[in-house]
Amino acid sequence: MESTILTIEDFSAYFGTNQVLNNVNLSVAQKKVTAIMGPSGCGKTTLIRCINRMHELVPAAQVSGRILLHDKNLYSMNPIIVRRKIGMVFQKPNPFPTMSIYDNVIAGYKLNGIRIGKREKDEIVEESLKRAALWGEVKDNLHRKGTFLSGGQQQRLCIARALAMHPEILLLDEPTSALDPKATAHIEELIAELKKQVTIIIVTHNIAQAARISDFTAFIYLGELVEYGTSEKMFTVPKDKRTEEYLTGKFG
Amino acid sequence: MTNQTSLTKSENTLRSQPTVETESPSSTDYAYPPDKIFFGLLNCSALCTIALLIAIFITLIVHSLPSIKAFGITFLLTKTWDPVFGVFGALPFLIGTLLTSFLALAISLPFSLSIAIFLGEYFREGTASSLLKSAVELLAGIPSVIYGFWGLFVLVPLIRIVEMKLGVAPYGIGILTSAVVLAIMIIPYSASLGTEVIQLVPSDLKEAAFSLGATRFEVIGKIILPFARSGIVAGILLSLGRALGETMAVTMVIGNSNFLPTNIFSPANTMASVIANEFAEATETIYVSSLVEVGLLLFIVTMLVNLIGKYIINRMSVRVHHE
Amino acid sequence: MSNYTLSLRIIKDRGFKTLVILFSFITIVPLLFILFHIIKNGIGVINWQFLTSLPKPVGEVGGGIANAIVGTFILIVMSCMLSIPLGVSAGIYLSERREGWLASLVRLSVDILQGIPSIVMGILAYAWVVLSLGTFSAFSGSVALGIMMLPIIVRSTEETLKLIPEMLKEASLSLGVPYYRTVLRVILPAGASGIVTGILLSVARVAGETAPLLFTAFGSPFMDVNIFKPVNSLPLVIFNYATSPYPSWHQLAWGASLVLVGMVLTLNFSAKLVTKRWKVQF
Repeated sequence: MESTILTIEDFSAYFGTNQVLNNVNLSVAQKKVTAIMGPSGCGKTTLIRCINRMHELVPAAQVSGRILLHDKNLYSMNPIIVRRKIGMVFQKPNPFPTMSIYDNVIAGYKLNGIRIGKREKDEIVEESLKRAALWGEVKDNLHRKGTFLSGGQQQRLCIARALAMHPEILLLDEPTSALDPKATAHIEELIAELKKQVTIIIVTHNIAQAARISDFTAFIYLGELVEYGTSEKMFTVPKDKRTEEYLTGKFG
Repeated sequence: MTNQTSLTKSENTLRSQPTVETESPSSTDYAYPPDKIFFGLLNCSALCTIALLIAIFITLIVHSLPSIKAFGITFLLTKTWDPVFGVFGALPFLIGTLLTSFLALAISLPFSLSIAIFLGEYFREGTASSLLKSAVELLAGIPSVIYGFWGLFVLVPLIRIVEMKLGVAPYGIGILTSAVVLAIMIIPYSASLGTEVIQLVPSDLKEAAFSLGATRFEVIGKIILPFARSGIVAGILLSLGRALGETMAVTMVIGNSNFLPTNIFSPANTMASVIANEFAEATETIYVSSLVEVGLLLFIVTMLVNLIGKYIINRMSVRVHHE
Repeated sequence: MSNYTLSLRIIKDRGFKTLVILFSFITIVPLLFILFHIIKNGIGVINWQFLTSLPKPVGEVGGGIANAIVGTFILIVMSCMLSIPLGVSAGIYLSERREGWLASLVRLSVDILQGIPSIVMGILAYAWVVLSLGTFSAFSGSVALGIMMLPIIVRSTEETLKLIPEMLKEASLSLGVPYYRTVLRVILPAGASGIVTGILLSVARVAGETAPLLFTAFGSPFMDVNIFKPVNSLPLVIFNYATSPYPSWHQLAWGASLVLVGMVLTLNFSAKLVTKRWKVQF
């Protein structure tokens, strides 16, 4: 049995009085890929943004319930610490435009004013870029700005940037929806490798992608966790009728 | 498995949820101490800006009090401004300001409108367009004292010749000259705003008119200008605001006379120019206070004109966004 | 009949276009006139001695604008010091708080401040600084100029920062970077070109201002770097010399005008250059 790294307990989220997530209960397995899928607006992005406490940046955002990382409630910790333990990659690649590739990778340290020696910095940069399968393509151009990279490369740069903080969990919010099929394939391969070291939670509206790369899948609809289980079972014999309807394309 | 789609069941659950007692995250971002300080500083700067404006108001009012107490409303109606005898009436300057500003507006209007139509409709791109745009920007960038200097040495002799031809006293300086200099200075403001609003006119409206066989002139006159009307009015108001407050160029060519101007060829003073000319030498409290009161009046009038202009612009951008 | 009205309409159309073009280019005429006169009369006056010596009394040969150039520089530096911190902070505030009554009040205040006539600024600085210090001073001049620069800096900072995509802020926050560091080390650098452009433009605006200095900085025949003493400045020189009855001083005024116009145009041009070269594309 896999060990659980993250437990979401009776969790609800609101934008003001508008409820977006309703009593979600979920255990995420360590060092596996968990996909969260559902139609647009169902609350899946909100869910992961609650995990790294980005949801509360919106005024009038509220939550109730707990999210436990190894038995510690994330909501009783300093959000800044939470975000250093849980990394995020966004839908549209967003490397910092004023920084070089090198600086982008260690941006998490630089911006936080964490002082580390040059050798250690070099090591972190190389290690993170290798883990993101980008090292070979940029190692001779580390000090150029990242804007000349292709969309897929920029996204891998963002992954490297998140990995440099050595997070325990990596949240991916539809990371390939803005990329072409070839770049998408690269990133999916990358995810398969990465999960050996980092727990991955990926939000996707692409059912085929979820089926391809995830070990576990959660189906969210209208803010509720409708079904959760191993991907194998979910995509072949879904338990809930709504899941079945979603998988067969009855609604978007 | 009921026939009712399980979907509606979920929807109902969500909608009927009453306001649950929620626990706001126990430590939000903005509670992180350095962030608190940072936001405190930002709030402070916002308050300082507002405080600055209030301080300005208060200062002007406080320093005008002696004059307000002494003259009351007659300040605006008395036409004598005599520092020697302590009689201060601002009417000559009110008239002077109104005459120069409105005359300047009238003179500049055909030109700024032409530029707006030129850049907004006929020549949106190309060398002619860039040339004119740069010229207008240059006009806006020249400091006012240089306009005054040039006006004094080049325009005044010219106007003198005109006045001699007309048989009027050939002062050269006076309201007309100031109005001409002012007109040149305010053209860029209404021109650039006018250009913007003319460019914003939706092309489908124009194309509809063209497809009915209208000439360009007719489209401009019947479709574009009416549509852009409020923007053009706003541009005019902003130009007016600028003209009202303009000091140096006017001071140098208006003739510095404190008597009520009789016609546009008379020398005169505006509210701004009388302050520029006399403030440094005003000694008695009542004298200084009267000048400050003139400044206060100028401030209020300019502020109202500008606010109305900006209000119109804001309403326009809301309208454009909703379409 | 219809042919007749048609050709009339076409004539009107062509006539109107000609009129518009004519009027548009007539407006360039005064510009050319002004530049022509400044260059023609001023170029002969400018030489090394003109730029480096102090003003002399009438009748004496020589005389220059050295103290005016230094004075203008001092005034600009000090007004920047006064207006940039407050202006940029207020700009950041407005870009972070799009709604809210305080934000609307700030915007309103900035709008009103922008429209205040320059001579009224002089009155204010006089009341606040000159009266308190008991003397005319460069400091009072910079207070007046600083208030004039403020609205432009606030506006351009707000506009620049509003254009920066939310994504960038989120990328930084998701790395566990606190908010204040995100603003200072990610958002401000990304918007640096716009903010610098705003500063350059506001400097160009106040560099040529005379009215606020008439009874604050006041002008002086000496070279003085003491900010609590009166100081000379290029626009003041032009005003004083141009309105004097001495032709020799008129000459100097043309020279000073050329220097001032050159300075203002350079600043405006640099502002454009900064936007072109430095602007971060998203």
